[in-house]
Amino acid sequence: MSKHQEHTVVPSGKGESQPSRHGGPLPAAGFEPKIVAFFCNWCTYTAADLAGVSRLKYAPNVRVIRVMCSGRVDPQFVLDAFARGADGVLLGGCHPGDCHYAEGNYKTLRRMRMLMRMLKAMGIEDGRFRLEWISGAEGEKVKTTVNDMVAKVRALGALDLPGKFREWDKEIEELEAHVNGVQKGEVAHVG
Amino acid sequence: MSDKPKVAFYWCASCGGCEEAVVDLAEDVLKVVEAVDIVMWPVAMDFKKSDIEARPDKSIVAAFINGAIRTSEQEEMVRLLRRKSQVVVSFGACANSGGIPALANQFQREQILKYVYEDCPSVSNDGKTRPQTQHTEAGHALSLPEFRNVVRSLDQVIDVEYYLPGCPPTPKIIMAAVQALLSGKLPPKGTVLSPDIALCEECARKDSKPADLALKEFKRPHQVLIDPEKCLLAQGLVCMGPATRSGCEALCPQGNMPCTGCFGPSSRVKDQGAKFVSSVFSNIEPKEEKDIDAVLDGIPDPIGTFYRYGLSKCLLRRKLN
Repeated sequence: MSKHQEHTVVPSGKGESQPSRHGGPLPAAGFEPKIVAFFCNWCTYTAADLAGVSRLKYAPNVRVIRVMCSGRVDPQFVLDAFARGADGVLLGGCHPGDCHYAEGNYKTLRRMRMLMRMLKAMGIEDGRFRLEWISGAEGEKVKTTVNDMVAKVRALGALDLPGKFREWDKEIEELEAHVNGVQKGEVAHVG
Repeated sequence: MSDKPKVAFYWCASCGGCEEAVVDLAEDVLKVVEAVDIVMWPVAMDFKKSDIEARPDKSIVAAFINGAIRTSEQEEMVRLLRRKSQVVVSFGACANSGGIPALANQFQREQILKYVYEDCPSVSNDGKTRPQTQHTEAGHALSLPEFRNVVRSLDQVIDVEYYLPGCPPTPKIIMAAVQALLSGKLPPKGTVLSPDIALCEECARKDSKPADLALKEFKRPHQVLIDPEKCLLAQGLVCMGPATRSGCEALCPQGNMPCTGCFGPSSRVKDQGAKFVSSVFSNIEPKEEKDIDAVLDGIPDPIGTFYRYGLSKCLLRRKLN
């Protein structure tokens, strides 16, 4: 797990900009958004495949996780992705009425409408989480959605929750040393 | 002092209800007092910090600590008790996951201090004076603890062996925990001392919960006459049962009130609020965005509702800004 966390920590602004191997929009120097994308097996993942075989070019910032249905995506996954360093989370499923499992995407929509309210209440900006319906034929929509989301998240800047957690916990570190330092001396002269 | 096992009780950011819970053991409390020596219990006995400091490390068998951690004083005391104790039991919802005090994680430290010392309608403080951590009065140096920006659970500050859930823990699970400790039959470190299954399992209304709730609206308890037999979720009330650990014997549903989630989640759940959304909100009836939103409007305060006792343990930990 620690290896994984290390991997997902967002680089602070000093990362170097490199020309994209995929030929997508060239990243601006510095911050590169990390987007975790959950794509359903039957529609959006197939569309991402189609984008691939069609040689469509889009920003390389998404890490796609294939799930059998968008309904498999628990709101916990979204929060966990943010907590481990994602700057954005994209969730892709079949269009309403097209779900391979009949109702899965409706369940997703209901959960995620509530999750969006919760994210807002916790201070996570609107553009960082996005739910899109993309059918297996819409390779082009994968491209435009990803590019648009990357541009918006880049404008928002790094979320860097792992860094924020470390920052928040600095306020309790100092005392740790103080308590243990004082205690060592005092314990010594107790019979 | 006798050679009975030494036990300490301590409180941090809490209401005192957990102390009540110990007294609620009724005559069983006598069995506890007979079996152990209490070396610290600020609510009931006059021991000082220096008494604890003077003890050898690990000389206290168990420290029961309730309350969330908000100030530097609380951090110092729990670290001290950690040094001196073999086992630390995180006692109650506030220690386990922040509890009610952790709802303050929706605000910044500055917002809270400004409201409390300046803007609150009942405050008269023309000089906008705020408490300082250091002050000298007539040659005497006075100090106050630091007020932190984040409300933490106990295990976010010190290592904890066991957890007793609840607001407050019920006498039954407290007694079971004390007996386990005294008999030396200790479960693995990190165990929550309550059954690891959702509350619905022990709720008398369970059989009336439909497979598909198909909720058309959410209602708050004061807006409806609650049917005392039927599943509360099926009545459109936010009952946290599906995302909450059992062990309280469904006290609130028995009293005709929905569960508010004080026992925290079971071990398979990483985030109680998100899990509740996952389980219950998939089961509302509408399919169109605007109709779904109309149903969701029935819950005006989602964070305060789904994380009422556990915002410190939300995966996001606190509101960003």
